[in-house]
Amino acid sequence: MTRARGATILLGAASLLSLSGCAQWPAQGLFAAAGPAADLQRQQFLIVTALVALVIVPLFIGLPWVLWRYRLRGGRGDYRPDWDFSRTMEFLIWGIPVVIVAVLGVVLWHSTHKADPYRPLAASDQPPIVVQAVALDWKWLFIYPDQGVASVGQLVVPAGREVALSITADGPMASLIVPRLGGQIYAMAGMTTQLHLLTNRNGDYRGMNTQYTGTGFDQQHFTYRAVGPAQFSAWIARARSGPALDAARYDQLAKPSKLAKPMLFGAPAPHLFELIIAKYHAEGDTLASLPPPGVMTTAKGMGAH
Amino acid sequence: MDWTYWLFGTLRWSDFPPKPDLIATFAASLVILAPIAVAVILTVTKRWKWIWNEWLTSLDHKKIGVMYCVLAAAMLVRALIEAGLMRTQQAMANVGSPVIGADHFGELFSTHGTIMIFFVVMPFISGLINFVMPLQIGARDLTFPFLNAASLWLTAAGAMIVNASLVVGKFSTGGWSGYPPFTELAFSPGEGVNYWIWALTLTGIGTTLTGINFAVTLYKERAPGMHLMRMPLFCWTALSTSILMIFALPPLTVATAMLALDRYAGFHFFTNGAGGNMMLYANLFWLFGHPEVYILILPAFGVWSEVISTFSGKKLYGYTSLVVATISIAVLSFTVWLHHFFTMGQSADVNAIFGIATMLIGIPTGVKVYDWLLTMYRGRIRFTPPLLFAVTFLFCFVVGGLTGVLLANAPVDFAVHNSLFLVAHFHNMLIPGTLFALIAGYMYWFPKVFGFRLDERWGTISWFLWSGGFLLAFMPLYALGLMGAMRRTSMFTDPQYTPYLMIALGGAGMILAGLAALGVQLFVSIRRREQLAVPVGDPWDGHSLEWWSPAPPPEWNFARIPQVDGTEAFTAMKRDGQPYVPDPENYEDICLPANTGIPVMIGVAGFVCAFALTWYIWWLAIVSLVAMWALVVLRSWQGEPMQTFPAELVRKHTEEWLERARAATPVDRFAENAPANRGLAEPIR
Repeated sequence: MTRARGATILLGAASLLSLSGCAQWPAQGLFAAAGPAADLQRQQFLIVTALVALVIVPLFIGLPWVLWRYRLRGGRGDYRPDWDFSRTMEFLIWGIPVVIVAVLGVVLWHSTHKADPYRPLAASDQPPIVVQAVALDWKWLFIYPDQGVASVGQLVVPAGREVALSITADGPMASLIVPRLGGQIYAMAGMTTQLHLLTNRNGDYRGMNTQYTGTGFDQQHFTYRAVGPAQFSAWIARARSGPALDAARYDQLAKPSKLAKPMLFGAPAPHLFELIIAKYHAEGDTLASLPPPGVMTTAKGMGAH
Repeated sequence: MDWTYWLFGTLRWSDFPPKPDLIATFAASLVILAPIAVAVILTVTKRWKWIWNEWLTSLDHKKIGVMYCVLAAAMLVRALIEAGLMRTQQAMANVGSPVIGADHFGELFSTHGTIMIFFVVMPFISGLINFVMPLQIGARDLTFPFLNAASLWLTAAGAMIVNASLVVGKFSTGGWSGYPPFTELAFSPGEGVNYWIWALTLTGIGTTLTGINFAVTLYKERAPGMHLMRMPLFCWTALSTSILMIFALPPLTVATAMLALDRYAGFHFFTNGAGGNMMLYANLFWLFGHPEVYILILPAFGVWSEVISTFSGKKLYGYTSLVVATISIAVLSFTVWLHHFFTMGQSADVNAIFGIATMLIGIPTGVKVYDWLLTMYRGRIRFTPPLLFAVTFLFCFVVGGLTGVLLANAPVDFAVHNSLFLVAHFHNMLIPGTLFALIAGYMYWFPKVFGFRLDERWGTISWFLWSGGFLLAFMPLYALGLMGAMRRTSMFTDPQYTPYLMIALGGAGMILAGLAALGVQLFVSIRRREQLAVPVGDPWDGHSLEWWSPAPPPEWNFARIPQVDGTEAFTAMKRDGQPYVPDPENYEDICLPANTGIPVMIGVAGFVCAFALTWYIWWLAIVSLVAMWALVVLRSWQGEPMQTFPAELVRKHTEEWLERARAATPVDRFAENAPANRGLAEPIR
């Protein structure tokens, strides 16, 4: 039975591969979760895997057994070519998946609500840090409206403080994720989406755009840097001494380019985030409460109206 | 007046080869040289007339089926090479020596996805159904043979448009899903997205027409006594797929047409600003895209049902269960499209409902897997290459099912959406699920099509390479996705990814070797065709009617249309009496549609029209569109010219076959692969 041997070798190699994969599991991504959002995602991953295993494991045992026992040459099983129905088996093969999906459905309903990216993560006494993220080709702009600073390519926050992100795009659709902390949500021009992130551990976490936006897409990364409160204040102070992010500088920034190193700006233009959104809306559209987009007349997109 | 624009649109000399990099130039020259080589061979062997009369102008469903499969095979070669190139790029770039630029990489993942879905799997499926389904239901052709040929040539025209982009200009970098606003003029000016739009439009129309044709045939052309619940399972999956084609392809055609209006006529359906909204596109596209997934997988389920049942020497377990499961999947497939964008910012309620709907599909799919296991149970399993592929499928498919249920869970999806985990998941479904089924189906039905079996040893080698290659190429991608590696990335810069990317590269190489093994198998089998011949037509002790005909079958399929009394019509014949007994009373003249060159011309005009639209050559687009219309009008004037096969010819041909059957020695299943197997089966006792 050379073929059976071939199959054994193949399966053995596959399981070895997956084992070695587990052994050196790296400090990246979902299984290196470092915040409550990613923790929940990882936990869901494990629950679903365990429940679905109830359907998969019987097949992994049953299939080799059937193949061996009912093989043409030397199989010991009885041969009943017309056997095509069993009420018990029907009941089991429909019933078990139904029960598992019902359980999974309940789990999913709760977890989906709990993991809603619009929902704050922790009932902390400290209010979250509000940050407005803008996906540009091919970098991330983070505006801190309360601190009056802006940063490109770097999202610096105090560890232990939740970050409430409002996200939009000024260009093609992008998608924001920090794999070890949670995500992700799309960034779309003329619209906002929200995402809440939190970690208690100081450190650098890789953040990125996951949606292809052109040749610079794979360098549209940023660093989520969780620091101590003193460092955060120092960083804010440093940012404030940077150049102002006025309309002209913003327009320059919005042009497609790859970011060589992170940039810091003091004093972003007032309502910059709202204006970036408003420029995609014709007069009389829904954002009536916003100030008129006078500051931004040079930006692209206005010409289309 | 800008005469260059009026004559040539935006097409310029600089759009023609040579290309900026060596690999692209090489690919372009392949596209140019391959047809020249074919033309030279045809000229040297003096076969132009033969190929025109016997193949290109044929309305015979069997020949159209074969031509679909040839198209799919050619495109498979291209798309697999592209996959290998992408694997090479990612693995090499991560260790500091990229082989191609980011722009070229963007074209590669776009053409790879577009080709694999629309020009490999879809034509392969249409080809198999075309060949097998009418034979299985005891029909002489599809209901609309002319439409069938027109669909083929429109699909072929779409494929040629994608190939033209290798030579003239560039293809889209917007992926197979072509999401705006990235694919709008603001971010993707130039011809690339146009190529994508018009290739999809051509094949979209072709596929919709094919779906109508298959469904009508299945409803109207079944042999007497074959009511729906007696159809072979492959026909049930063909019916479900046809219905999905009819309902799912229009949203795609509409979405791409709207995108075309944005790009060509200044509309704002999906643009940033001016009232445009790309979320509309996402919904329309996936309203097509999710049923599409089941268009691709359901016929594969049909193939697995046939292969597993035949090579286990046993009746299919749970026929009713399988039919119910197939229909459930087809219906549910329209209710889950939103799971492709859980991350678009809709409420948790909406995400949860679509997540649960998605998991519901897991129920009938799980049932099917166990139905196949129970089909093998109490059988006599022969480890032929198609069955080996089926075993790989069953093992791998449940893993893909697990990752599918994981992705249906919105919190998990937030973590791995757009990552290589997702890429691994859908390749896990489409390679062992669909592609392996197509390969297994090819090996299973090949003797029926050409009259000789395929070499078993090379089939087994190919199975080993494909299975091992798949595992090596895609299991590491699951891990990479969980480590935060995102899809469509031309260059990673993380040393931790290196071992995984290298293993995946090795897997891709193994898959390419598997493809080569298929080529060798075909070559070896053609050389040994005398030994492998099965003229009586039933090499595997088959269950359904397609095995009750000579191999290859005559143009009229059946001299007389059989009466059917159960799900396994041919098994019943073999048990009840003599399937190979002549019936001298019942020969009559048989009328079938005559050959016509009009469908090929429609395809050529469609290609020219799409090419002209891509480059804004308006006069040519109008001329070719009018030509297509005129050809259809011409055909309507012609009516339906028929050719008649006189009763005497049918009698002679049939009696020769029956004579061969009586002269042949029946072989049992132990001797299935021996030269003694001439296609007359002795059932297992």
